[in-house]
Amino acid sequence: MKSLEDLKKIREATLKNLQLRNQDESEQVRIVVGMGTCGISAGARPVLNAIVEELNKRNISGVSVVQTGCVGMCRLEPMFDLYKNGEKVTYVNMTPEKSREVVAEHVVNNHVVSGYTIGKTE
Amino acid sequence: MNFYRSHVLICGGTGCTSSKSVEIKEELERNLEQLELINEVQVVMTGCFGLCEAGPIIIVYPEGTFYSEVKVEDMKRIAEEHLLKGRIVKDLLYKEALVDDQVKSVDEVEFYSRQTRIALKNCGVIDPENIDEYIAKDGYQAIAKVLTEMTPEAVIEEIKASGLRGRGGAGFPTGLKWEFTAKATGDQKYVACNADEGDPGAFMDRSVLEGDPHSVIEAMAIAGYAIGASKGYVYVRAEYPIAVKRLKIAIDQAREYGLLGTNILDTGFGFDLDIRLGAGAFVCGEETALIESIEGKRGMPRPRPPFPAQKGIWGKPTLLNNVETYANITQIINNGAGWFASIGSEKSKGTKVFALGGKINNTGLVEIPMGTPLREVIYDIGGGIPDGKKFKAVQTGGPSGGCLTDEHLDTPITYDDLVALGSMMGSGGMIVMDEDNCMVDIARFFLDFTCDESCGKCTPCREGTKRMLELLDKITSGKGTLEDLDQLETLAYTIKDTALCGLGQTAPNPVLSTLEHFRDEYEAHVKNKKCPAGICQDLLEYYIIPDLCKGCTKCSRVCPQDCISGEVKQLHVINVEDCIKCGACLDACPFNAIIKQ
Repeated sequence: MKSLEDLKKIREATLKNLQLRNQDESEQVRIVVGMGTCGISAGARPVLNAIVEELNKRNISGVSVVQTGCVGMCRLEPMFDLYKNGEKVTYVNMTPEKSREVVAEHVVNNHVVSGYTIGKTE
Repeated sequence: MNFYRSHVLICGGTGCTSSKSVEIKEELERNLEQLELINEVQVVMTGCFGLCEAGPIIIVYPEGTFYSEVKVEDMKRIAEEHLLKGRIVKDLLYKEALVDDQVKSVDEVEFYSRQTRIALKNCGVIDPENIDEYIAKDGYQAIAKVLTEMTPEAVIEEIKASGLRGRGGAGFPTGLKWEFTAKATGDQKYVACNADEGDPGAFMDRSVLEGDPHSVIEAMAIAGYAIGASKGYVYVRAEYPIAVKRLKIAIDQAREYGLLGTNILDTGFGFDLDIRLGAGAFVCGEETALIESIEGKRGMPRPRPPFPAQKGIWGKPTLLNNVETYANITQIINNGAGWFASIGSEKSKGTKVFALGGKINNTGLVEIPMGTPLREVIYDIGGGIPDGKKFKAVQTGGPSGGCLTDEHLDTPITYDDLVALGSMMGSGGMIVMDEDNCMVDIARFFLDFTCDESCGKCTPCREGTKRMLELLDKITSGKGTLEDLDQLETLAYTIKDTALCGLGQTAPNPVLSTLEHFRDEYEAHVKNKKCPAGICQDLLEYYIIPDLCKGCTKCSRVCPQDCISGEVKQLHVINVEDCIKCGACLDACPFNAIIKQ
């Protein structure tokens, strides 16, 4: 590396990665995936991987993806809660494909994908 | 670059490394491999988190879950439960991190929430062996700003305006030191870093080098630009192998990125660094002895003036600052002198790192704004004295400092307030003592250390400290007289006034301050031949309390002198004449019937 420009590039590329360790900055969007035994056996892991991949592909920072245990509605697994702008939306019966769609629509474009939410299913 | 959903930070400071954090990291990675999580979870070895008492420490982000005292065999559970299934392993949490069954994150723990981290900003946050992580945390922004936007004079003005004073202990204004060196004439100048931390109980410099080596490298390059030097030396003791290793890696990375060497960032400015290893001699922390040692000679101080700013390494103008001082520089440049000067007290700006040790619950490293009262550091951050014991004294400034008592607890911690009380800031060791510590014994301990470490060049230090130690030995063995106390005091003041360097000039401080604040303890040793704290073996006598003795015979069976007599189920008695005070009976008694006085 020889210039200020290079320094800036390294900074930006690494910053995205480090944001996860800074709790204030990573709290803009929070996706909490149910990873109880029920969730895992219903396929929560591919769902979580799909979310992470999609965020990475789109170069989105400020999103934390965390796991939680079973919230009691095992029949609706895999499920995750998406917190954005102080609002919580629960997505249920998810698949990797649906999850990618939610990242694109909800995280990026700010539209709740109402068809996959718990309100629609219940 | 991979996007990880979780980061696991493992403390790689010296403390945690010695309690197996390297093995812990390997075991965790092995488990993550097995669970096929290795591409989702990033495991990072960082510098010291500070809360060494609770080590080895692991922090899991983004939640900030704070695990303490983890063992290699716990890694399977953390991997399977926390990282795979998202269930926090509650029994491994730091005790304060679980309140009313609510898990708190690391930032909410009182030990951290009351600190202000400037010098330790990146310690425990970034991977010290990865320059990219340092750059992401605004690393090398300050050198870029300095080289492209500021003149050397402007840099020095900024440091002066910040009010930063030397963190090695004496508190000389850093900007002024830079100015003196900049104004000195010489074809070659040097920037040097004092990382020869030798105070018993102090380890902040080591932790900065281990946790954030680039911050020191960057600051030294800035200093090189400001004073007109192209070459620098980091003098670090060889007893700090992890710090040396990480520093080497960091220097190589900086060179590879063109941040050290010729034509840095295409500005025409060139600066490079070398490491010089010291053998771990306390006197080499003295600036002139350190310079002799860098030159390859035996590390002994030389008289000042001339000061290093005029005649330093190889007789050339040399700027010498301590590690922690450098660790503040980049942030002063990035955030401005005004920001830095707004933290701290009127004459002591910014923060200071302290190594808390001794009789305190949270042994470790803390960084607080100057002016914070001692009480807050000891009780709120340090968690108070263990086992419900009573606070007796706190020793600040290492062997060069003094002991402060409970009446000083509300003193704001600043350079001048500590000096006014007969102690000093020093490099920042803070050793807490409780009612079980004998202050005469403490003074003897520190004097024994400085006596050992005296280089022998000047007579007051070589002979004087030896004589003082003999007097203290005499007092603690019960043979002291009141005249000895007077002689001790006279000797102390003479050595202070006549020794060649700081080591000798400050060596009597622990004796003088304990004589001032705890004279009654000295007198008890001399007049009554008693050690009130029950430490000095020669002055103790072992007794059996008749009411508590059940006649179990355990004590008489372990006594190597056969000096405890008594029948089964009858009261036992110790023959004080023959007792060698080994304490075996006290340990053996199940009824706490034996006491020493």
